[in-house]
Amino acid sequence: MSERSERSGGRGGSSPHKEHSMTLLQVTDLRLSFGGVRAIDGLSFEVGEGEIVSVIGPNGAGKTSAFNCVTGFYKPIGGSVLLDGTPVTGRRPASIAGLGVSRTFQNPRLFGELSVLDNVRAGTHLWLRQSVFDALLHTPRYRRSEQEATDEAHRWLDFVGLRGERAGLVRNLPYGEQRRVEIARALARRPKLLLLDEPAAGLNHTEKAELLDLIRRIRDLGTAIALIEHDMGLVMEVSERVVVLNFGREIAVGAPAEVRRDPAVVEAYLGRDADEEELAAAREQVRGGREEVRGGTD
Amino acid sequence: MSAGDASQEGTPHVEPGPQAGQGAQAGQGPPVKHGPPVKPVRGRGPSVVTRLMETRYLGWIGLAIALGAPLIIATPYALNVMTSAAIFVMLAVGLNIVVGYCGLLDLGYAAFFAVGAYTGGVMAAELDIPLIATVPAVLVVTVVAGIVIGAPTLRLRSDYLAIVTLGFGEIIRICATNLEITGGPSGIYGIPGLFGDDVLTEPAAFYYLTVLIVAVAVLLAARLGRSRLGRAWRFVREDEDAAEAMGVHTYKVKLAAYIGGAVWGGMAGVLFAAHLTAISPPSFTFLWSALVLMAVVLGGMGSTPGVVVGAVFISLAPELLRDLADYRFFVFGVLLILVMIVRPQGLWPHRSQETARTAARSKEPVA
Ligand SMILES: Nc1ncnc2c1ncn2[C@@H]1O[C@H](COP(=O)(O)OP(=O)(O)OP(=O)(O)O)[C@@H](O)[C@H]1O
Ligand SMILES: [Mg+2]
Repeated sequence: MSERSERSGGRGGSSPHKEHSMTLLQVTDLRLSFGGVRAIDGLSFEVGEGEIVSVIGPNGAGKTSAFNCVTGFYKPIGGSVLLDGTPVTGRRPASIAGLGVSRTFQNPRLFGELSVLDNVRAGTHLWLRQSVFDALLHTPRYRRSEQEATDEAHRWLDFVGLRGERAGLVRNLPYGEQRRVEIARALARRPKLLLLDEPAAGLNHTEKAELLDLIRRIRDLGTAIALIEHDMGLVMEVSERVVVLNFGREIAVGAPAEVRRDPAVVEAYLGRDADEEELAAAREQVRGGREEVRGGTD
Repeated sequence: MSAGDASQEGTPHVEPGPQAGQGAQAGQGPPVKHGPPVKPVRGRGPSVVTRLMETRYLGWIGLAIALGAPLIIATPYALNVMTSAAIFVMLAVGLNIVVGYCGLLDLGYAAFFAVGAYTGGVMAAELDIPLIATVPAVLVVTVVAGIVIGAPTLRLRSDYLAIVTLGFGEIIRICATNLEITGGPSGIYGIPGLFGDDVLTEPAAFYYLTVLIVAVAVLLAARLGRSRLGRAWRFVREDEDAAEAMGVHTYKVKLAAYIGGAVWGGMAGVLFAAHLTAISPPSFTFLWSALVLMAVVLGGMGSTPGVVVGAVFISLAPELLRDLADYRFFVFGVLLILVMIVRPQGLWPHRSQETARTAARSKEPVA
């Protein structure tokens, strides 16, 4: 375990991308179990300011659980989560959101019976200045803040490129559009760190390309992104660093191209008993991925 | 009453555009500035009923109906019934904060009604002061009651919450039956009027006063619903985890809903004490809690005009059916079941509050 951490640290440092001097999120030796089942077993990784880090791994590796520990939805039994140096383990999700963390869910969790705009307005909850008395008396501050929330919601819906009606109920939107609304809602929080849990799941080819562009534009705003994703094309294209999880711990950390080559990663994805055909397919995939990366960085 | 005072009050700078729910928008066409065309929700323009239901003068219309009713019938009996109905409306909009906005099932809402009525009634009778002077004290007591009942129960899941609130409703009533200061089973009599004993004793005058107070209460409750806190309530109702992820402290927000409900219920209790000048434990049984909840569900949870209509229906229907003598509650029950089958969303369901202006896209992209 400790050997691994050192190794991964070294790799992170040798990343071809720009150095991230400030660590925004630092997860150390995280442990979480569900009635004896160790979902997370000594996981460590970090996300620097303005960095895009992908978290990948086979199904059940503990990726979503790790996000849930970071955002306060699960209480880890050991280890620490530091946000900007502040320990957050044991805090409730709302309080962690207050520190500048925003997230989406693996299965979109929108407020179905509310309008699209109201869903995105949820992101403004933390910073909107409006007291109960402003609301009861309709003070100028109430009007200003409501206008601000509406403008902000529209701006982020524009930013994510939502097609479709904004005044209508969010549950009437097609699936792909709902995923956009969920990202817009998370962005309206104006987070320092955005956690995306499989944002490409269920999207078609065009939508994936748009998502790739969107993720880059979010990073350009200065927001750090941690991304769980099964779509390797997207991961290889967009990430500055990749953390590979298996059985609740990181088995490799590094630049996308490095991680691809790692035998431990190939093994984790295919299992020890992978037959020749599968191995050939994996090698093929790796070759393709490398070309993508080269194309992306040039 | 003043339902739509609340839903669409006539302050032009607050909501300048015409009400554009989904129906209205299909007719006018949403002001899309760019991007692909937006599919209309309905093929035809809004019907007369839709337009009437969404007019911004709804509140004024409701208020006018309430104020005009005594011109049609003004017997002491009718005024008595109408005053009770107005107080019932206030209870319903209060419970709507808890059940409709926030989605918390409260089966003991009569507890707050009782706390308000008894606090006001006992203070006014003991100190011999007008009821209105007890309002600050009633506010404090109801807020405390909201916290005392809400703080331990709101950590529970909603199904447990329903049972615990049911228990609290009974506890308050049994306390009132057994305490000396509340007059025991026979209650308290001779509560001074709202402004002392000789002012506003005319049934019609008291009715008008009640309508105005209730109108303000309805307006304020609706304003709460359209605020940052009101949105947070709806987020909690829709998905607590997602709300937390957006920084909504769900426990505090639920407690705020409870306190809001308690204050509205308590104030309705003061009006009730002023109306009857006597209160006793049988006025605060579970039946009351159930009837108020019924008004909220029947009208349309979370919808101010709906809840007002529901409350008026629940309080007036048994009176209008009085000719049926022993059958009236039977018919009342059948009517309720029929309404819920025909309109499961309620008589007047909540609609998205986006206006033409808020629904329009902004011009500048994110900086
Ligand atoms: N709430 C829970 N209760 C019990 N077990 C859980 C719970 N959440 C996760 N687990 C278990 O923890 C392990 C890790 O699950 P997790 O959802 O974190 O995996 P994942 O890496 O996100 O997988 P996927 O790629 O399928 O989303 C799994 O074995 C899962 O069954
Ligand atoms: Mg997952």
